[in-house]
Amino acid sequence: MALMETTPDTLSAEPVPAAKPQGYWAGVAARLVRDPLTMLCAGMILALILAAIFAPWLGLADPYKGSMIARLKPLGTEGHPLGTDEQGRDMLARLIYGGRLTLFIGLMPVVTAFFLGSALGIVAGYVGGLTNTVIMRTVDVFFAFPSVLLAIAISGALGAGIVNSLVSLTIVFIPPITRVAEAVTSGVRALDYIDAARATGASAWTVIRVHVIGNVLSPIFVYATSLTSVCMILAAGLSFLGIGVRPPEPEWGLMLNTLRSAIYVNPWLSALPGVMIFVTSLCLNLLSDGLRSAMNVRD
Amino acid sequence: MTDLLDIRNLSIRFKGKRTVHAINDVSLSMKQGETLALLGESGSGKSVTLKALLGLLPPKRTEIKGAVHVNGTDVLSLSGKALQRYRGGEVSMVFQEPALALDPVYTVGHQIAEAVMRHKGLSKADAMSIALDMLDRVRIPSANRRLHNYPHELSGGMRQRVMIALALACRPRLLLADEPTTALDATVQVQILLLLRELQKEFGMGVIFVTHDIGVAVEISERVAVMYAGQIVEEGTTREIIRDGRHPYTQGLLAANLHDVARGERLTAIPGAPPALETRPEACSFAPRCPYAVAACRADLPPVICPSERRRVACLRAEAPMAAE
Repeated sequence: MALMETTPDTLSAEPVPAAKPQGYWAGVAARLVRDPLTMLCAGMILALILAAIFAPWLGLADPYKGSMIARLKPLGTEGHPLGTDEQGRDMLARLIYGGRLTLFIGLMPVVTAFFLGSALGIVAGYVGGLTNTVIMRTVDVFFAFPSVLLAIAISGALGAGIVNSLVSLTIVFIPPITRVAEAVTSGVRALDYIDAARATGASAWTVIRVHVIGNVLSPIFVYATSLTSVCMILAAGLSFLGIGVRPPEPEWGLMLNTLRSAIYVNPWLSALPGVMIFVTSLCLNLLSDGLRSAMNVRD
Repeated sequence: MTDLLDIRNLSIRFKGKRTVHAINDVSLSMKQGETLALLGESGSGKSVTLKALLGLLPPKRTEIKGAVHVNGTDVLSLSGKALQRYRGGEVSMVFQEPALALDPVYTVGHQIAEAVMRHKGLSKADAMSIALDMLDRVRIPSANRRLHNYPHELSGGMRQRVMIALALACRPRLLLADEPTTALDATVQVQILLLLRELQKEFGMGVIFVTHDIGVAVEISERVAVMYAGQIVEEGTTREIIRDGRHPYTQGLLAANLHDVARGERLTAIPGAPPALETRPEACSFAPRCPYAVAACRADLPPVICPSERRRVACLRAEAPMAAE
């Protein structure tokens, strides 16, 4: 044949990137570090979480101890840097202790829903057929209700309390995560590398465990992080409406409700819990945006 | 020695909203270490045949008749563990689009090692050294660095080399190559073809090479089978097909090339389009486009004529060599 004999491989001329063996997560971390806004948000969230965890060791005032004479003190009062609430309790302590419950109720449902919703969605997307129809149509029913209304309805039916609001928020967030998981999985299932894995003798379980989960988890994860801020606002909303956390527990939503009546007396004070909710959910949102761009290597 | 591949009267039908008769009564055999090119246009059933060989067709919607034996194993009856051992162990496949056929979230070394561990039951470290050896064999420069690369960090040609390494890692007896060079640019195509030819000699395996490029088929294979509308219309050695293509479709394919065409002249083409495969063919599928068609062609399926050993033509008029145009 007239074709050239094995030519010196032209590919060898290609420059080899230096310092190679670098994992996927190392790459994500490197990109995150180079993104100042995301790092700032991550720092804020981390600080809030750490403050909430270590609140008892921070030398704060007792968040439950009120004082009849020191009620609704303004910001910057001696001994109470952020003032006191309508029962004379130290606002700084209540805000930091409040982070415990608020962040827990704000994040836990998303974490639980992430696992349950991903499992449902991956099964629906990979198996397809009747299984898919049953799971996805059931999930669709939940989309008939606005998420706030659904959370209120379920919480109302279960009764007030922390556990019940966790359960109701989890139920609210399973459907959207399931839907995303299903969409991503059915997309991945049709790709050649799934067939290629099967063609090299992988069992259905190996294909799901290694190739499907490996490829769908990061988009689902990114979507779930974007839900955390919504969840936190919903949790605060439930407490505000009195069907979440019960007084005297410090919780931002609940504090917003009780301080509502003081808005004409001391507006700055009553805005504080709202500011906390706003800043936290903004940071969570920006963090999830940053994560998404850092994890998206395939552009 | 048993034949490497023996397909007998294979028919495949996809059921669904509309039924598609994808493969109609295909018979094909290959000896050990042979290279066969499966030539045909899009939708002629080349890829479906390959997928059937690996049992990759969706079982619920597919109806398969006939028999497929690879090295004496009845492929269509395999299931579960036996099927997993067969896939990748006996037969493996190189896909058309290497960018899609490699999992983007694992390093290429990991993916090769995974297949080796699955079939040979080796430890991860041993499997990785086999993966490294395979990358060397497919002539990837600085293989030990490439081992830890992700697919998106490699060029198209490199990815296809990795794909080949992955397919050959467990030393299959039969390699199915589904248009492995279509997605690559022309210079890389030649390198991959040469590589496949060398590896075929080195490992002594059989190769089925699916392509719609007659030039590629000539370059790589000893034998050629021409497919049209889910049937094999002509089969023979590459030389026989090129020098003495008897079926009008083969002749049309050979005539339709870009060589020796004067500027401004219309290119030679086969008029018409391939038939829809919604009904089982009752007559010669090519008759509507055939310049030599007679009434008998439209009345019944064409006879299969064997002018010499291992040479077949499914055409009424194949007996007498036709006057060229």
